[in-house]
Amino acid sequence: MTKRTGMEIAFAAAEAAALCRIDVIAAYPITPNTHIPEHLSDIVADGRLDAEFICVESEHSALSACCGASATGARVFTATSSQGLLFMGEVMPIVSAMRLPVVMALGNRALSGPINIWNDHSDIMSQRDMGWISIFASNGQEVVDMVIQSFKIAEHRDVMLPLNINLDGFQLTHVVEPMLFPDQEEVDRFLPEYKPYATLHPDHAVSMGTLGLPEIFTEVMKAKDEALINSKRVILEVWKEWEEQFGRKYEPIDAYRAEGAKVLLLTMGSMDETAEAAIDELHKNKISVGLLKLKLWRPFPVEELRRAVKDAKVLAVMDRAVSFGGASGPVGAEVRSALYDEPDRPLILNEIIGLGGRDMTVGDFVQIAEKAVRAEREKPREGYEIYGVRGS
Amino acid sequence: MSIMENFDLYAPRLVDKEEYFSAGHRACQGCGEALAIRLMCKALGKDTVIINATGCMEVVSAMYPTTAWKLPWIHVAFPNAASVGSGVEAGLKVLRRKGRIADRDIKTVSIGGDGGTVDIGLQALSGAMERGHDLLYVCFDNEAYMNTGIQRSGATPFGASTTTEPAGLDSSGKKAWKKNVPEIIVAHNVPYVATACHSYPLDFMNKVKKARKIKGPSYIHCLSVCPTGWRLSPELSIKAGRLAVETGVFPLYEVVDGKYKITVEMPEKLRPVEDYIKIQGRFRHLSADEIKIIQEKVVQEYNKLLDKVNNLHSWPDLKG
Amino acid sequence: MAEKKWPETWQEVTPGCMVFIPGNTREYHTGSWRAQRPVYDFSKCIKCGICYIFCPEGCISENSEGYFVADLDYCKGCGICAHECWPGAITMVEEG
Repeated sequence: MTKRTGMEIAFAAAEAAALCRIDVIAAYPITPNTHIPEHLSDIVADGRLDAEFICVESEHSALSACCGASATGARVFTATSSQGLLFMGEVMPIVSAMRLPVVMALGNRALSGPINIWNDHSDIMSQRDMGWISIFASNGQEVVDMVIQSFKIAEHRDVMLPLNINLDGFQLTHVVEPMLFPDQEEVDRFLPEYKPYATLHPDHAVSMGTLGLPEIFTEVMKAKDEALINSKRVILEVWKEWEEQFGRKYEPIDAYRAEGAKVLLLTMGSMDETAEAAIDELHKNKISVGLLKLKLWRPFPVEELRRAVKDAKVLAVMDRAVSFGGASGPVGAEVRSALYDEPDRPLILNEIIGLGGRDMTVGDFVQIAEKAVRAEREKPREGYEIYGVRGS
Repeated sequence: MSIMENFDLYAPRLVDKEEYFSAGHRACQGCGEALAIRLMCKALGKDTVIINATGCMEVVSAMYPTTAWKLPWIHVAFPNAASVGSGVEAGLKVLRRKGRIADRDIKTVSIGGDGGTVDIGLQALSGAMERGHDLLYVCFDNEAYMNTGIQRSGATPFGASTTTEPAGLDSSGKKAWKKNVPEIIVAHNVPYVATACHSYPLDFMNKVKKARKIKGPSYIHCLSVCPTGWRLSPELSIKAGRLAVETGVFPLYEVVDGKYKITVEMPEKLRPVEDYIKIQGRFRHLSADEIKIIQEKVVQEYNKLLDKVNNLHSWPDLKG
Repeated sequence: MAEKKWPETWQEVTPGCMVFIPGNTREYHTGSWRAQRPVYDFSKCIKCGICYIFCPEGCISENSEGYFVADLDYCKGCGICAHECWPGAITMVEEG
């Protein structure tokens, strides 16, 4: 059925996108995601994919060109990181408002100031409220699977929203892993041809991107919010279909050894796997700590989170971005908000880790877990902690 | 009675009667840009997709739930008419190639005001022209950021008073000269570049038709009189455009593969710029000396253009 | 497309605020903006169509006798037609 191949995950993302028979790619290079558009342009240059690759002159133009192409009914794909994402920033809320199913691979990288090309989540966290579906991959296989799933989710008539797949820069993009790639025929069976809701064509003239007066703006925002919230239903359906066809299961929150655990850690992205190793070590020492791997960031899986923590006494949430001057890190704030009204909510710790590519080891996660275990007794009242920072 | 030597009197009757830009749009009375858009659409015809930058035209024409456009139309943001246009062009190209849409020629046309073209949109325009998309870009130049209230742009002429570079006790309006974007586009080796004005409707429409036929990038810069921003009575919109041409302030020319040609018969001697300046309130603060400076510069720029018309060869003729 | 009343509910708003009825700004009669209106002396009209070509609203068209007349539902009274008319067949008159 499928063949297991070892390659750099960025290349794998490009291969997966090519399998989806994308029509237009408009992308601008930025470390660490550059290998994604580079490999796609190789695939197009070799004639393995019939697509238009627009070498745009900036990320703003990349996302703008994706809008234009998607509006004609083409299946589009782009990739960026960090500053590139910010430069696209003006267009980000417009893509979701215009209900264009653009799929973007984000090689998560720290936002500048100082310039830093290494991995953290500050780039995607700055785009929380842009109305995009946001999913996080823990490893290469998930990247491949998620790229293919994304088009099906985004293009679904009940969704029609853009989607970003988050893969950690360098930690995932530049790592070589063995992955199973479905063959073209299997992908064609899973992912049908894109049937757009409306397209730019003279035979049926439509005006897209009109002006919204105050009289209607609130209603449009409500409609957008509902669309994103309801997309979860389609995401779950598509993940179920994926499991049926390919045997790999995806859930908004993937629990690891969390059964009966009173203390839980919550991570996102490639650190999931490091944390898993820490969990295993703790279990060896008879310390029962579980792990929640958050895969679906937007729409935020409120019910799934509440269910996952209902028996826990302590939940340590990892953040990989600072919300400067805020009460919590971005994920910490979201989790606290989702659990605030729960009658037996756990004590929540918020650890900000791995900023700008700072490595997190298994030992670091063990330390955090041990702090979480002590927390039930010590009841710390800090909003969040930047873990491992030198200086008192 | 104004002189219209170059106007074939009964030609309007031969123009396509279809109105692709419907009445009921919210442009000001006497809006030159609305007129220019109306004429451009007649020249383009039905098989066109319009990409519109944020600006006067986008705001007055497509206010949900109505639209003045009878052509497919998309607006995304301010600086990206050319990049969204690149995407539309690529999308239509690949869909046609893959047989997902009918094999029919549909022209992609990006339009923007001077704000969205000359300043904030220049990067995207340059990129699209360099990449060689089959894209016509038309800049509707009303010489300021009119939609947001008459702020100065790179296309605002020297001495004009705008809200961000106003005439005051210590200042005489814009200190810099108008940015020459058609020249920038010629430098991109674009096969067809032209200047136009709605006051010469047939010249403008012919240029649009010519550009439409180009299989590659093309650019038209259309001077659009704004009675509100230029502070003149709305009935003078056409006259002001005519004066801009006759005084040499905005000569109408086209550059076909590098060969320059003036496309309307110019008067033997250029009319004094004062004729053009004195009907506009945005220049009312100018002293005689300042008008003299403008006169000299206009003649110089016009001579530069004539120099190119007389001396530059078409690029194919220069092949080694 | 069924007529929806304005302003719409959030369920009625089209996805992406797309407008599917080309040219439906015609519902909005800009004629109410005018302070002056074109008045015609057809004895002078040579039916050249210059007023038609220069109207920013595109609201001038030929009537059954071939004379060009503005549609007063949309005419904003800018006065361009009167100013450009060669033979002076059009005069702008203040709205009463």
